[in-house]
Amino acid sequence: MDDEGNGNLGNPILDRSRLIELHEKMLTIRVFEERVFELYGQNLVPGTIHLYAGEEAVAVGVCSHLLDDDYIVSTHRGHGHCIAKGARLDRTMAEILGRKDGYCQGKGGSMHIADFSKGMLGATAVVGAGIPIATGAGLSIKLRGTKQVAACFFGDGASNQGTFHEGINLAAIWRLPVLFICENNLYAMGTRQSQAMIVPDIAERARAYGIPGILVKGNDVLEVFKAAKEAVERARGGNGPTLVECKTYRRMGHSRMDPAAYRPRAEVDEWLRNDPIRRSKDELLRMGISDAELAKIEARVSDAVNTAAEFALNSPFPDSKEAFEGVYGQEGT
Amino acid sequence: MKEITYRDALREALVEEMQRDETVFILGEDVGRYWGGAFKVTKGLAEEFGDERVRDTPISESAIVGAAVGAAITGMRPIVEIMFGDLTTLAMDQIVNQAAKIHYMFGGQASVPLVIRTPFGGGVNIAAHHSQSLEAWFMHVPGLLVAAPSTPYDAKGLLKTAIRNNNPVFFCEHKLLYPFKGSIPEEDYTIPFGSARVVREGEDITIVATMFMVHEALSAADTLKKEGLSAEVLDPRTLVPLDKEALVASVKKTGRAVIVSEGCKTAGVTAEIAAVIAEEAIDYLDAPLVRVAEPDTPIPFSPPLEKAVIPNKDTIIKAVRNIA
Repeated sequence: MDDEGNGNLGNPILDRSRLIELHEKMLTIRVFEERVFELYGQNLVPGTIHLYAGEEAVAVGVCSHLLDDDYIVSTHRGHGHCIAKGARLDRTMAEILGRKDGYCQGKGGSMHIADFSKGMLGATAVVGAGIPIATGAGLSIKLRGTKQVAACFFGDGASNQGTFHEGINLAAIWRLPVLFICENNLYAMGTRQSQAMIVPDIAERARAYGIPGILVKGNDVLEVFKAAKEAVERARGGNGPTLVECKTYRRMGHSRMDPAAYRPRAEVDEWLRNDPIRRSKDELLRMGISDAELAKIEARVSDAVNTAAEFALNSPFPDSKEAFEGVYGQEGT
Repeated sequence: MKEITYRDALREALVEEMQRDETVFILGEDVGRYWGGAFKVTKGLAEEFGDERVRDTPISESAIVGAAVGAAITGMRPIVEIMFGDLTTLAMDQIVNQAAKIHYMFGGQASVPLVIRTPFGGGVNIAAHHSQSLEAWFMHVPGLLVAAPSTPYDAKGLLKTAIRNNNPVFFCEHKLLYPFKGSIPEEDYTIPFGSARVVREGEDITIVATMFMVHEALSAADTLKKEGLSAEVLDPRTLVPLDKEALVASVKKTGRAVIVSEGCKTAGVTAEIAAVIAEEAIDYLDAPLVRVAEPDTPIPFSPPLEKAVIPNKDTIIKAVRNIA
């Protein structure tokens, strides 16, 4: 019996109400990304987009342990990280559309969303560049003596950058409170992981830095949640960083124009069946959630995304004179 | 006033700012208690402030600057020492794409109060990987401020301003200047960015010079004086922002300008300064602008070879004689 008195099956990792929260967050990211895709097709999104659809369990499983003053550092595929960390859907969408009410007033766009009020330190579009920055956030936490943690999201491709080695080594020797979360979606653009490294698991690389490396099924939000819990506890306890590799998959191509023909059909089908939201939904059904409850969640998510899209579409474009402003901040102390 | 070396002036600025503000800390290779910095600028600081605030790092320039960026956007004021200016190449993404862009790209949500100190310049026979002057590269990156002090007085005052500034500052030092002595006030002072200094007043020609070249220009001006030519020596002190008004004012007065800087001539510091004068004061020029810089070669090792490529008093005098 759970708190609400429902006689359903329990789950050893998460209770039902918490799993509903995570499921709803993942679904929000999915529906948000589907809307971005749709708006792109209507020519309303300038530039390109890198959608997070398919990888939702990673951001949500990790960020569900983080408080508002904990930090995350994100990537070019960052919409999901923002939403999972608590950024507003409407201002996120407005930024993607290049509008004035976007988080960066239209100066960043899809690849550079930040919400410092929620500890979202921004998305860098240089692969691997966020790793030392997260290490630095961890150093700042240590020097200021707070109990915060910093989580760094990056992909399998980033793990071949020098910054991966340098940044994790630095965090390891200084025992900094950082989670290095590798979202291994098996392809760096079109390059298969096996073409780019000999080791099958990026988590193995943790041994080289003397830190724990955890390998999880990244499409299973419960597994990600469990691994992240351990890593966050280690970090908050002053016991240093953890590398968590989450094996996952993009539902779509690398960017908007990529049909992802380099991925074998059977592989795609298998991963699509292994969808993180489908899995969490199945688990909720197993735990006894009713169709009516699920429908209610879906309606809430759909409303939230509709409202965000409407807000973004109604937001004006920034005045062109703003291009010349804000190169430098206020001078000093 | 007191006599002090450029090295000690820099150290005084670091000490005073670390005493003033607990969020200021230093990181870099061998900056800590065992070495005190390759050029001894941070000597004694670890003893005074502890190993947490004066942090030795692995040889990982990209992570050093990256970690400093991460610390800067989360409430700290890091000062990075990169052992040689040539090695900033290893951290270019963090400097150019991250530190310089964050404030603008994120719509002003964060500032990056970061100082990157590094020595440039040739003259000590350490060849192509330890002798370059790459100041111009950083002038080309919006979002960075670039300081280039030539005296102990400027070194201390500009470094204090840099540390207190909320923007990333690329702070150029010069390895020949570390032992160079000059006088500074006993009391606290800072020097605002964007304010050039007329190092020597003159009437007939303006010599704009940076860093070690300021001293070569002064020697040249001494010699020229004996020949009856009065040269004004102007030191921009910061390259970003550049004190355009001072450049224009001096050229208006003299009608002639020679611009001197280490670093390659093509697209270099002298090119930018010459362009500013050409754009804003061409009507006042009585002769073509002349630039004195390194030829577009790497810095060679052997002393006669190195001497041949770095500008000096004689090459400056020759350039002046061409137009005055």
